[in-house]
Amino acid sequence: MWRLGTVVALRDETATARTIMLEIPDWPGHAAGQHVDVRLTASDGYSAVRSYSIASAPSVERRIEISVERLPDGEVSPYLTRELAVGDRLELRGPIGGWFVWRPRQTEPIQLIAGGSGIVPLMAMIRSRAAAGSTAPFRLLYSVREPGSVWYRDELRSLPERNHSVSVTYAYTRATPKDWPRPAGRIDTALIASATWPSNLAPTCYVCGPTSFVESAAGLLSGTGNNPAKIKTERFGPTGDRQ
Amino acid sequence: MSSERYDYLDGNAAAGELSKIFTMDVTAAEGQCAHCGATGRFAEAHLYMQSPGLVARCAACEQVLLRLVNIAQRVFLDLRGMTYLRLELAAESPAENSRGSNT
Repeated sequence: MWRLGTVVALRDETATARTIMLEIPDWPGHAAGQHVDVRLTASDGYSAVRSYSIASAPSVERRIEISVERLPDGEVSPYLTRELAVGDRLELRGPIGGWFVWRPRQTEPIQLIAGGSGIVPLMAMIRSRAAAGSTAPFRLLYSVREPGSVWYRDELRSLPERNHSVSVTYAYTRATPKDWPRPAGRIDTALIASATWPSNLAPTCYVCGPTSFVESAAGLLSGTGNNPAKIKTERFGPTGDRQ
Repeated sequence: MSSERYDYLDGNAAAGELSKIFTMDVTAAEGQCAHCGATGRFAEAHLYMQSPGLVARCAACEQVLLRLVNIAQRVFLDLRGMTYLRLELAAESPAENSRGSNT
């Protein structure tokens, strides 16, 4: 079933990524981690469907936010990040998915690991936690190319000040800020050991990013003693155009 | 290990296509592989979308669990790779992590 959403606000996250706020009159509500399918149809009838994770916390308002990275050869993302304007309408299917989801009734420690635009569903979980007044301890390990690639920068920066039980660690893969203690590089065992919950606390882990990133991060988590049954993954790849 | 090939997604990504057919969220359901007997949530299967449809493979043995192909106004669904799918009827929260919160 396709619903019609109206763009009510647009916000640039980085030079190549944009957040789109949509108002959907018949939106039934969602859980943090779920996604929507977006369908664009050209005047000749050709249509393309892409999946985008919901970035916003569940709310009583009939509004959701998605964040989209512009892919150079994408069919859909250049339109969404460049052409789309406030007042435009989009066809949506969702909310979708019941597995890669965090619900406020979960009280155990939560480990979030994001690669690039994989931050989106994890941001929904962080926002959902705050909106629900949950005290579940959260840790986020966020891997980005360089400082300018961080999405939701101001909100993430202010998180630890407002709430001591959410911590954020950045891993830079290409370029670091000045005087950053760790050289640029991918997430490795040492970083997993220092920045994530010890496995004896039995955290539930949510890992989202490109397929190779998820493969590696989930492997490191289970390699450091985490129960594979408590590691939930969401991969996106060039085939799915998944953001 | 076959996971050296990074060309698959998670079963999660099939949720939109499957929602055209099923009224319930199938990705949170537990299924059993008909080939090796492994059980897991459908969301944990390996999903290949490069083909003209969807192919879900067992995360343990990589044998086919499900095939779904759209041709014009028809959908072909092949489920013989699974001996069962266990759908939770507690409709309010199919996403509830049953292993979850007390451990």
